[in-house]
Amino acid sequence: MTEVKCPENILEEIRADQLPEKVMAKMAEGYRLSQACAATIEDHLELSYSFAEDNSFQYYTFRILPAEGEEIPSITRICPAAIFYENEMRELFGANITLIALDLQDKMYRIEEVQPFAPEKKEGE
Amino acid sequence: MGKVAKSPWIMHYDASSCNGCDIEVLACLTPVYDAERFGVINCGDPFQADILLITGGVNKQNAPIVKQLYDQMAEPKVVCAIGVCACTGGIFKECYNILGGVDTVIPVDVYIPGCAARPQAILDGVVKAVGIFQQKADEMDKNKKMKPAPQAAPVEEKAEEAAEPVVQAAEPVAEAAEAVEEKAVEAGKEVVAND
Amino acid sequence: MAETTAKRSIIPYGPQHPVLPEPIHLDLVLEDEKIVDVLPNVGFIHRGLEKLVQKKDFNEMMYVIERVCGICSFVHGMGYCATIEKVFDVEIPDRAKFLRTMWSEMSRIHSHMLWLGLLADAFGFESLFYQVWRSREQILNMVELHTGSRLISSVNKVGGVLKDVDDDKLKILSKTVDQIEEDMLRVQKVFFEDYSVQSRLKGIGILTPENAHALGAVGPFARASGIPLDLRMRGDNAMPYIDFEPITSNDCDCFARCYVRFMEVLQSIDIIRQCIAKMPADHTLVTPVKGNPQGEAFMRLEQPRGEVVYYAKANGTKYLERFRVRTPTFANLIPLCETLKGESFADLGLLVLSIDPCISCTER
Repeated sequence: MTEVKCPENILEEIRADQLPEKVMAKMAEGYRLSQACAATIEDHLELSYSFAEDNSFQYYTFRILPAEGEEIPSITRICPAAIFYENEMRELFGANITLIALDLQDKMYRIEEVQPFAPEKKEGE
Repeated sequence: MGKVAKSPWIMHYDASSCNGCDIEVLACLTPVYDAERFGVINCGDPFQADILLITGGVNKQNAPIVKQLYDQMAEPKVVCAIGVCACTGGIFKECYNILGGVDTVIPVDVYIPGCAARPQAILDGVVKAVGIFQQKADEMDKNKKMKPAPQAAPVEEKAEEAAEPVVQAAEPVAEAAEAVEEKAVEAGKEVVAND
Repeated sequence: MAETTAKRSIIPYGPQHPVLPEPIHLDLVLEDEKIVDVLPNVGFIHRGLEKLVQKKDFNEMMYVIERVCGICSFVHGMGYCATIEKVFDVEIPDRAKFLRTMWSEMSRIHSHMLWLGLLADAFGFESLFYQVWRSREQILNMVELHTGSRLISSVNKVGGVLKDVDDDKLKILSKTVDQIEEDMLRVQKVFFEDYSVQSRLKGIGILTPENAHALGAVGPFARASGIPLDLRMRGDNAMPYIDFEPITSNDCDCFARCYVRFMEVLQSIDIIRQCIAKMPADHTLVTPVKGNPQGEAFMRLEQPRGEVVYYAKANGTKYLERFRVRTPTFANLIPLCETLKGESFADLGLLVLSIDPCISCTER
């Protein structure tokens, strides 16, 4: 019978400037980048970077809650697999990710609507 | 259907489809639901195709490509919209990137609904399209015969008349070639800029 | 330096091409006939369907997520329901687990046979393409017999499944998979030993295991480079009751990917037989779920193309706040660009096909 390996997912909340060193530590432990996504919750953004370890099926997610317009350093120099995820987050959500290794300059999907998923700006701003 | 003198060649293109209807189109051309017994062959070239099978809705990036493919085909030509996404936009009609069905960009002759459209429905639609194709071919022949005979037409005039449609047909091809070149040059600039 | 750059040219490939079933645009930097660099350009199938969570409630959203891709449609529907069930923290009945496993293995068989046929067509072996697709029609007939539709079946529900299968249908399924196994064993010799097939597939598109891990390759693409990553070992649905080992190969080239997918068809047939033999007798299909979801969850499943990740976030209303699908082709695009460097332009169609690209999954 297949052995069941189903550990609970772990979620850790960190600041944007801690991201590169935490990612480097995880990759040194043998994790690989599984996915990175953004979500608009009410009026602010939430970024999630998830790493997976393939022997124990452990799943570790870093959660960043950036302030409006806060710069988030790119991890593409450490982890080239993140190129498309970061370009998508910038194009669709308006996350301010800087220094992406292959910068597609908001032309990945070439949509006409500007940042359709971005949080709506409050009136008067 | 009558006697179909020509065996139409089809071209299949996926606009913004989820792939379900595309797989059923390919299933129609393979054994079991074989459409090749009606004389249709799948060629990949718009310049040689008579019937265009389009699946999926049209989004902003796709619209000029679908238009270009339609212009590259020679008359007479028939367009079939397969699947409900190609007819009206389907379940994705309210999405921000979908303009609607294929008929927002090119004229459609046969609509085949379904999600995913069943092979039996696709075959029915292709048979109708072959009938419409025969009709269009007959009309083209009739129009050619009904043109008034030129009076004492010297050989040079006739040659000029024959040259005109060739020049007219060459223009959209040249435009299309320019558009492709521009895109390649743009892409080249992007690649160079990213280095 | 100026001399070397003068020999390079940029060729656009796609979006319309006889070999490509789907539109993807690649800008290839070529030096003579060798590919030096690749810039992929996606966006032809981007529909923006993740924004529909604001318009459709969490039960209707299932139908939208199923139509992300028509080939992998069953696993998308199952994954959506499994994620929402995790948010609600409910467990589905045993019979529903076995039915889901059985139907997802049938979906895997049809997807891999589709790919094998397209691969044969890509290197010009049309009669092999027709032979495999003729055999594939049998599994689609079985899917239609069980669920009512060939591709997009909508048979999953939050809390279980909607349709039951009686013993007659299981007997017919059992006979059909025997026939499919016989057909596949008949073409096995052609795929694995024919000289022309081998000369087209062996030795091209090498992806080393270190690169595969560093760039995040998943699915048969990674298993062909020796990494035993198969998410069915996590033990979802009925997998704890099934004997199963992931299939890997150490060759790292296109032929290895063909081998892995071929053997997975035979392995899926074996899993279906085990499911039929161990199907629980209790016919409950649905655990009722009340109220609206609250919370967030990640869910990972094994699609025919690799690891698919679902993320749902709900806030107590009937509309979800966010639903995200990260499909395996999205993760395999970067390793694909790495594999293409240094290869000959003539092999491009085969190489792009060897990751089993599903561009509509990638762009949603």
